[in-house]
Amino acid sequence: MRVAILQFPGSNCDDDTMHVVTRVLGEDGRLVWHREAQLPTGTDAVIVPGGFSYGDYLRSGAIAAHAAIMDAVRVFAGAGGPVLGICNGFQILCEAGLLPGALTRNASLRFECRQVHVRVEGRPTPFTAAIPAGRVLRMPIAHGDGRYINDDATGLGARGQVVFRYCDPAGGVRDEANPNGSQLGIAGVSNEAGNVVALMPHPERASEALLGEDGGRQIFESLRLSLTPGRGKGRAA
Amino acid sequence: MSAAREPEVTREVGRTQGMTDAEYDQMLGILGRTPTFTELGLFMSMWSEHCSYKSSRIFLKDLPTTGACVVHGPGENAGVVDIGDGQVAVFKMESHNHPSFVEPYQGAATGVGGILRDVFTMGARPIASLNALRFGQPSHPRTPYLVSGVVSGIGGYGNSIGVPTVGGDIAFDECYDGNILVNAFTLGIAEHTGIFLGRAAGVGNGLLYFGSKTGRDGIHGASLLASAEFDASSEEKRPTVQVGDPFTEKLLLEACLELMKVPGLLVGIQDMGAAGLTSSAVEMAARAGNGVELDLDLVPRREPGMSAYEIMLSESQERMLAVVEAGREGEALALLEKWDLDAAFIGKVTNTERVVIKADGKVVADVPAAPLAEGLKYDRPRKRPAYLDEVNAVEPLSFAQPAPGDLGATLLKILSSPNVASKEWVYRQYDHMVRVGTVVGPGSDAAIVRVLRPDGSAKGLGLVVDCNSRFCYLDPYEGTRLAVAECARNLAVSGARALALTDCLNFASPERPETMWQFVESLRGLSDACRSLGVPVVSGNVSFYNETEGRGIHPTPMIGMVGTIADPAGAVTQHFKGEGDVVALLGLQTAELGGSEYLKVMHGKVAGRAPRLDIDLEKRVTETCLVLADKGLLRSAHDLSDGGLAVAAAECAMSGDEPVGAELTLPAGDLPPVAALFGEAPSRVLISFSPANRAAVEQVAADAGAPMAILGVTGGRRLVLGPDVDLPVAVLSDAWRTGFRKVVE
Repeated sequence: MRVAILQFPGSNCDDDTMHVVTRVLGEDGRLVWHREAQLPTGTDAVIVPGGFSYGDYLRSGAIAAHAAIMDAVRVFAGAGGPVLGICNGFQILCEAGLLPGALTRNASLRFECRQVHVRVEGRPTPFTAAIPAGRVLRMPIAHGDGRYINDDATGLGARGQVVFRYCDPAGGVRDEANPNGSQLGIAGVSNEAGNVVALMPHPERASEALLGEDGGRQIFESLRLSLTPGRGKGRAA
Repeated sequence: MSAAREPEVTREVGRTQGMTDAEYDQMLGILGRTPTFTELGLFMSMWSEHCSYKSSRIFLKDLPTTGACVVHGPGENAGVVDIGDGQVAVFKMESHNHPSFVEPYQGAATGVGGILRDVFTMGARPIASLNALRFGQPSHPRTPYLVSGVVSGIGGYGNSIGVPTVGGDIAFDECYDGNILVNAFTLGIAEHTGIFLGRAAGVGNGLLYFGSKTGRDGIHGASLLASAEFDASSEEKRPTVQVGDPFTEKLLLEACLELMKVPGLLVGIQDMGAAGLTSSAVEMAARAGNGVELDLDLVPRREPGMSAYEIMLSESQERMLAVVEAGREGEALALLEKWDLDAAFIGKVTNTERVVIKADGKVVADVPAAPLAEGLKYDRPRKRPAYLDEVNAVEPLSFAQPAPGDLGATLLKILSSPNVASKEWVYRQYDHMVRVGTVVGPGSDAAIVRVLRPDGSAKGLGLVVDCNSRFCYLDPYEGTRLAVAECARNLAVSGARALALTDCLNFASPERPETMWQFVESLRGLSDACRSLGVPVVSGNVSFYNETEGRGIHPTPMIGMVGTIADPAGAVTQHFKGEGDVVALLGLQTAELGGSEYLKVMHGKVAGRAPRLDIDLEKRVTETCLVLADKGLLRSAHDLSDGGLAVAAAECAMSGDEPVGAELTLPAGDLPPVAALFGEAPSRVLISFSPANRAAVEQVAADAGAPMAILGVTGGRRLVLGPDVDLPVAVLSDAWRTGFRKVVE
């Protein structure tokens, strides 16, 4: 599969995502500069990686949402192409209107970098197709602005658009397991169609056993599965 | 901006800028005339303690700086060592103490920014940072503010630029009440053939300025803020602290590395750090034996009306000066445009060996480069401090010792001391995982990071910073040896073999003979330890004048050490891994309570004699750890340091995701219980291994000649330590995990 990984000034997980797509998965990753007007020919999926685009000096992701390449991403997403946002990528996709809600300052008012657990749920998406609902993944977070808010958080869940929730190791969604004060423990959401997904935790940092965790790799494996012709339309049992 | 508007220079003006009469006369001798005001600024900044190392240079030359791995030793922007596979590691540590005390967030942030630039200016991509912090006593009213500010400053910069902060060292002592320490370390990786040096070579080549615009911030940062002691007016020096912009630094980093990839485009490059444009231009010219000519009208400026003096001495951050091959100026500018960075050619390399500066079409400075860069050399008076006899005479065991029934409570008290307590509150605020290379992050003995070989396979580097300044206060020679040995041991217990080190030597005023005595003793210890262990010094930094109103800090020669581990998957961490493993102590138990955490926590004293380091024993213990790790025989390994055996055992039990208790006896011997539990004898390591491997482990220790005592077995939810300590791990953990937060919240 050909994965376009966007690069904004200040992106800093672009190389990491590229590493996982190319070295860990052995797939075709392409770094795409923010000033480009088009995605590479034959792009199968887009990843908006983490970092501090434009320094995040205004609101996190606010300026990147207006970059030239984002018009191409809107077209790609509108045609049903899979788009994944990670951390700053989540913030950018919300600012760009491709995902509902917003990410605000952590309840602790501090940057938080540590391992968390998330429960996979919601409707099937290209990024969770190979993951049974209810499975708990352990992945790191590293953000200062990760508190998800949405006026219709409950409705979002009812429509199956909540894809990841912070939980304890056993899968219980509890306040103690919520690292940033996100509403209803929401760690990741999708758009209504389900092809645009984003989360605050970093699956690319949890894709190799050497780094202590490889549960995040299932998100990339799901993408690979869902792009395989005739596969991946529903969720794995 | 003409010379005519500059103040007239007199001896008195020189004095107000921190220049002694003798230095002023020397300057007149070099110039053969009275300097312009801009020229005075060049001299006083280049000749400042911070830039010229004038009090330390004659001693630094005795350090061991060579070795098979050394590619570039001290004298460049950072040290460069060979790590095989055509790759080099580039690393250095630097202080940003005074700025961080005056303005903790920006001071610490720009400290991180400065050390990052030192590394990537050499062509290396930074892959990991560490920091070593020293604060005043936790109860000091300013301490919580300084801790919070410094930690968020370090995080704010490092997190944004995307270089993981993988480890560090934090301690508190009242000697830092008026002068905290913020030492930042960064390591980068480059190809052996891709190293860039700060040399203005090639007469006629262009001088390219790029990065942020020049503003009025940080003027006199190096000369006044870093090269003089503090007093009540230090708050007024806030405007001399620079302001950092990690976003611009990220662009600068990527742009530099791209420029460097273009064959033959860059001839030399240096960042504008302390003394800004002055030091980069002067040092690059002097290193190449050339001159430079600068036209300040071409320098990108943040505001109009800046004088030549201000432009030359500004310490605005995120700026670089590069020498570009003549005729290829357009290529360089086009690439910098992609990264939205200000860039301008501001001068040329000349053959005059002089630094000539023009502004408004007039020459405002014309000085020889070499004597400016060469600086001064002082052999200042030295005197053994009188306090030593008094503190060394104290017998730690003469103080009341806890009753056997109180030893558990003593352990809890030491575990909750902010020096010993978990630093999770701090490192959670640092992104320690970005760049997907952190195999072992903060909280274990040393960090282990993955480095990809050119073929894509993984190898590892171990990184650690350490210094017990109490030991250095009691005996700067022994204390410095102990710091070097502890770093090497921290690496060894993690499975990495020490390769080379950088230092950050923090001392009080060199104008005080007692400080100079401490400094020279410390360097002697550093040299001896490095020679014994075969670990060269490849870069370093001296920070003097760490004192406020006459009260100096303890000598704090911070050591940052780098080691190698062939297979990072074989890295060893400190916490017990499960039930039923055998626990053993490598090394010897001796009564070493001088300068211990026990003595400080229980009796409020920093006294006694520093522990004695037996370097031969040290080598036998670390070699044992390295062989055990290499053979995959270890489940855990943890160096014994602050708080001794009891604290180390508790950390092994509680620092993993799941608590694992143990039932341990104390090694045989006739030590008083406090010495056996809390003594800080060096060269000791607590290891655990599968019972099936016991014979193999004993054989390795015997082959290396390392003493080893079996203490017991892991398991359960309690830690039993000899006859008198028996506590639930959860209770230990609570004391340890909340001890630090109490300081800051």
